[in-house]
Amino acid sequence: MLALAGGALRASLGARALAAGGASLRGYGTTLGVEGDVLTAEVNPFKTHRIDPPSTTVSATKAELLQYFRDLYRLRRMEISADMLYKAKAIRGFCHLYDGQEAVIVGLEAALNHKDSIITSYRDHATHVMRGGTVLEVIAELMGRTKGASKGKGGSMHMYRRQTNFFGGQGIVGAQVPLGAGLALAHQYKGEGGVAVAMYGDGAANQGQIFESFNMAALWDLPCIFVCENNHYGMGTAEWRAAKSPAFYTRGDYMPGMNCDGMDVLAVRQAFAYAKEYAVANGPIVLEMDTYRCPIVLEMDTYRYHGHSMSDPGSTYRTRDEISSIRQQRDPIEHVRKLLVDNGLAEASELKAIEKEVKAEIDGAIEEAKAAAHPEAKELWTNIYQDDLGMTLRGIESNHKHKYA
Amino acid sequence: MAAAVPVQRGAAVGSSRIARSGAQARPAAAVRVSQRSVVTKAQQKREMMMWEALREGLDEEMERDPTVCLMGEDVGHYGGSYKVSNGLYKKYGDMRLLDTPICENGFLGMGVGAAMTGLRPIVEGMNMGFLLLAFNQISNNCGMLHYTSGGQFKVPMVIRGPGGVGRQLGAEHSQRLESYFQSIPGVQLVAVSTVANAKALLKSAIRSDNPIIFFEHVLLYNVKGEVHPGDYCQCLERAEMVREGTDVTIFCYSRMRYVVMQAVAELEKQGYNPEVIDLISLKPFDMETISKSIKKTRKAIIVEECMKTGGIGASLSAVIHESLFNELDHEVLRLSSQDVPTSYAYDLEAATIVQPEKVIEAVHKVCGVRAGV
Repeated sequence: MLALAGGALRASLGARALAAGGASLRGYGTTLGVEGDVLTAEVNPFKTHRIDPPSTTVSATKAELLQYFRDLYRLRRMEISADMLYKAKAIRGFCHLYDGQEAVIVGLEAALNHKDSIITSYRDHATHVMRGGTVLEVIAELMGRTKGASKGKGGSMHMYRRQTNFFGGQGIVGAQVPLGAGLALAHQYKGEGGVAVAMYGDGAANQGQIFESFNMAALWDLPCIFVCENNHYGMGTAEWRAAKSPAFYTRGDYMPGMNCDGMDVLAVRQAFAYAKEYAVANGPIVLEMDTYRCPIVLEMDTYRYHGHSMSDPGSTYRTRDEISSIRQQRDPIEHVRKLLVDNGLAEASELKAIEKEVKAEIDGAIEEAKAAAHPEAKELWTNIYQDDLGMTLRGIESNHKHKYA
Repeated sequence: MAAAVPVQRGAAVGSSRIARSGAQARPAAAVRVSQRSVVTKAQQKREMMMWEALREGLDEEMERDPTVCLMGEDVGHYGGSYKVSNGLYKKYGDMRLLDTPICENGFLGMGVGAAMTGLRPIVEGMNMGFLLLAFNQISNNCGMLHYTSGGQFKVPMVIRGPGGVGRQLGAEHSQRLESYFQSIPGVQLVAVSTVANAKALLKSAIRSDNPIIFFEHVLLYNVKGEVHPGDYCQCLERAEMVREGTDVTIFCYSRMRYVVMQAVAELEKQGYNPEVIDLISLKPFDMETISKSIKKTRKAIIVEECMKTGGIGASLSAVIHESLFNELDHEVLRLSSQDVPTSYAYDLEAATIVQPEKVIEAVHKVCGVRAGV
């Protein structure tokens, strides 16, 4: 009986595996028109849970669109360069690339400011740059140099920028989310406004501590935006093979949620502006709940072009067709390029010039990172405690004593 | 939820070094002496139980620094399962005395996040054993964030709660987790044992910029003693000389201090003169005090409630053998808990941990049996 049931389960999984993956091919939204420098477009619809959606009609100026184009292209170029440096063995260890998902962080930063706090998972290179860090800091960190974001001591998964409230890069899947709730608690405690953003992936969405964090944040009305970056694969496990309900925006239960086209920077910006207003100020129209500030879950429907990490070719659990279809139909950079060029807001050559500038910046950063110093041996013993504690740390040989620092 | 407590950001904590360095603690002590002449006799006699001393320390630090807050299960309205925060929510409100749901992993992580922003959260584990649910947060985040961020972030939090073998509480509620935590880089482990050091060390732990895992003992909350008068802090990294002696040094911590002293009372009658040192700091070890004593007595016995395998005693014994081998006249003896889960049954439980007779036997073994014993 059990064996039969197991067989039936496997058969049903097999059948679903042949069907399309979770990644959708919803294509770009539609342009409604241009007036002067302002473009108005209709983004793909938001799916919501216990909350009314924001308007799908969004506007952006030419300057904004050019900035988004530059940001998106800069992140893409940085990640592709990291890929090349990895293949050339200049970068070692773990390296998780963000290409494909750039619209999420660019749209987020377009809606929030640096008083808002962010904590994210190990796929953190782009977050560091969009929080005001430099490409040099990212590349140098990946190469383990002192000019890196964490002086070469953190690596790919541990970049931080305290002065702009970027609380890192966290290597344990899902473990950053309770910290995000703690950041939100601190926002509330200090009463200085702002919102905390706790980002995680569709794989992490099944971690128990995420639900613990949801519960506490909702219980205490913490100003927190939980962001599920759904790239549809937790390493190589498709979302529906890991989650009974892959509608991650509904998984806060009592907490409102919203699903948004995470490949469209304008949709993302709209979603975050709405979510922040909801989480910090008195919320807009709410269907089933009282109007008071409250955390919210945002699900970003996005896609990573690269494999999970450098050891993953990214093709054993999904088809090459799927990847190329998404590149052709939903690429976040090409989308903004089209918006600018098709609506006469910019010439193709103008965008090429931006690309050229960005390439030069990144090539320069790579050269500088390569020339940067490796950490000195004494750095092994620094940053363990806040100060020397008035004592020494014992090395592996009993007569070796090191000053803590 | 109460409204957010307005926090004076400028009023953040003063120097944590007061607590740190013996040299800097001394001027504070001098001030105390001069104050002592003006306090009344009633104030001088400050006898109380350990839970009251911890509560007083907590209260003083919360009053002193608005960024200090306590979170955990039943710390607010209930008053703490061992009464350490009894009634404090009435004074400080629900936000600074935050009753959390039962989700150790979640609220410990939340404490780390809050600490990264500059708050000074104290996270209470209702029982140390429950903190295993939050082990990842303690190890990967609490301990290592300062290092992985190249020094950008600090995590000034205290993780505290009762551990140790109680009275027939069963295996899960009798955990000694100090051995689990000792190999986490970046955290400090502090074990308190008396009313005086419980309060003074808690105050220092709260002021420290490092993550401190603060071990209380389930059987010590009701011991009585006096607290130091005034705003007294004790250095977190210094061992405490309990009894000076010449024959052998007995190292202990937490409740084993009392087991050792029970044995010492008998040993004194037998003509032995052991030195007793309470380690206090289980990570890092106070090697200065430890080596000074061993150079004097040339013999060492470690008495702990931790497990024999991989325990605090195992680490300390290794360090002593490595660095003080030529100072020793006898191999280090380790009296630890048996490597078994802690039984519910009274006799089996008693047989799991070290009893005073074992300490006496060990001293006989190391020092030789004196005539007349």
